[in-house]
Amino acid sequence: MGTLNGLPGLYAATAKAAVQTQFQYRTAHYAYILGMVAEPVVYLVVWSAVADTHGGAVGGITAGQFAAYYIVWTLVRQMNIVFTPYGWEERIQKGELSGHLLRPVHPIHYDLAYFAGMKVVTVALWLPIGAVLWVAFRPTFDISPLEVAVFAVAIWGAYLIRSMLLWVLGMITFWTTRVGAIYDVYFTAELLLSGRLVPLALLPAWAGGIADVLPFKYTFGYPIEVLAGSLSTRELLTGLGLQAVWTAVGVVLVAVVWRFGVRRYGAVGS
Amino acid sequence: MREALRLAGTFLRIGILNELQYRVNFAFSLVQSLIAVGTSLAVLALVFANTTSLGGWSAGELLVVMGAYVLVGGVIRTVIQPNMRQLMTSVQDGTLDFLLTKPADGQLLASVRRVELWQGVDVLVGTALVVVAAVRLPGALSLVDALGFVVTLLLGLIAIYCFWLVLTMLSFWITYVDPIIELFDGMYQAGRWPVSVYPGWLRVGFTVLVPLAFAVTVPASALTGRLTGWLLLGSLAFTTVLATFTRLIWHHALHRYSGASA
Repeated sequence: MGTLNGLPGLYAATAKAAVQTQFQYRTAHYAYILGMVAEPVVYLVVWSAVADTHGGAVGGITAGQFAAYYIVWTLVRQMNIVFTPYGWEERIQKGELSGHLLRPVHPIHYDLAYFAGMKVVTVALWLPIGAVLWVAFRPTFDISPLEVAVFAVAIWGAYLIRSMLLWVLGMITFWTTRVGAIYDVYFTAELLLSGRLVPLALLPAWAGGIADVLPFKYTFGYPIEVLAGSLSTRELLTGLGLQAVWTAVGVVLVAVVWRFGVRRYGAVGS
Repeated sequence: MREALRLAGTFLRIGILNELQYRVNFAFSLVQSLIAVGTSLAVLALVFANTTSLGGWSAGELLVVMGAYVLVGGVIRTVIQPNMRQLMTSVQDGTLDFLLTKPADGQLLASVRRVELWQGVDVLVGTALVVVAAVRLPGALSLVDALGFVVTLLLGLIAIYCFWLVLTMLSFWITYVDPIIELFDGMYQAGRWPVSVYPGWLRVGFTVLVPLAFAVTVPASALTGRLTGWLLLGSLAFTTVLATFTRLIWHHALHRYSGASA
């Protein structure tokens, strides 16, 4: 019966299990989400302070727009939580991967389905936090139906791209376990060039140029600006197209690195 | 008191010897620390490309705050956090029994059992940052300023230690404290900026609930000519009250603890 359902069935079952399991840890999730919210609140406070000393705006962004940006940030951040590369160390050291290898489908499907299911729980828990932030920081929004529609797709694009990229990063563990410094370089680049730290418009032109050709901005800055910024219809749709391109690149990378990496794993285990 | 210091010294020495077996980790910690500092500097540069002062602090002064932030973070990760994690595990699996049967003060033993020496790189990098930033500030630095920094830093570190211990002791009541620790880690990032940047309700939280103000902003104030007698007194009073409170909770928590066999 399982085979009849195929991959969609696997996704549905795994996601459902994720919702049921994760919902038991509501309090833990709340603490995690609150800890996570501290990050954008700090950015928001700093940029609002800068805006205040400059007659209300920095680089054309007002305090209210900063608030909108960082509040959408907290939702996008819930969406782009994926299997952490730090988890790979445990997967490989403890041999958990062996179990995954016995299954008839590529193990990334389980991660994709599980973390997708988790979104139901974390986004539900996020709602009251988003409301509190709204009241505390008074964002200014100007949202069209098209933007809402594009946003609904773009957050899943962000999820897919970040899933693929962090999977590839995690698979470095096949070759070396000293991955801490490599991860740090990656996450620093992501922090600065994705729109996670500041709206990309505030970066110096050369840094903005680098950000444009990297995938990071499609996991933070682009989906956030769909809702909080003022992108033209053309920019909205081009963004979705580029998300599709980066997702495809991610799929190819995962496939190639997995092929070579898993051979190494076999060599260590046997 | 002398006995306590000797004991703490012995434990620290064993911990350090243990860590010295893994020397390559020094290089990795250094790389990671430099990446973190580089990021902080990039953020400062971004902010000050758009303004000349933030919450009344200049770029040079904020560098002192950042140095203090890195330094305090280093101390937390070297000695405070590892011990608190161990304490939490001991409560969960009942091995705290072994510690309590030893003929020395339980709180002391629980606080000095582990050292993650290589995380201490941040202490060095943070100190270097503070010194460089302070020397570059206009106006001569007096010995009193430097002394004020050291004293308020020590008081702030004691406050942070007490705060962590109280958090960890929650594990005597609720077993799963990990998320709370994550929460504090998230909050700690706020210490990167002087607390005067934050709106009223957050400032109160970062001063009293999470003693970031006393650990980072107040010491940095000493080096930037902002430390008043009252602030010093306030810092002393706060740390004393918090330390006393922590001690009381420790005794209270031990009464709660029923051991592995119960």
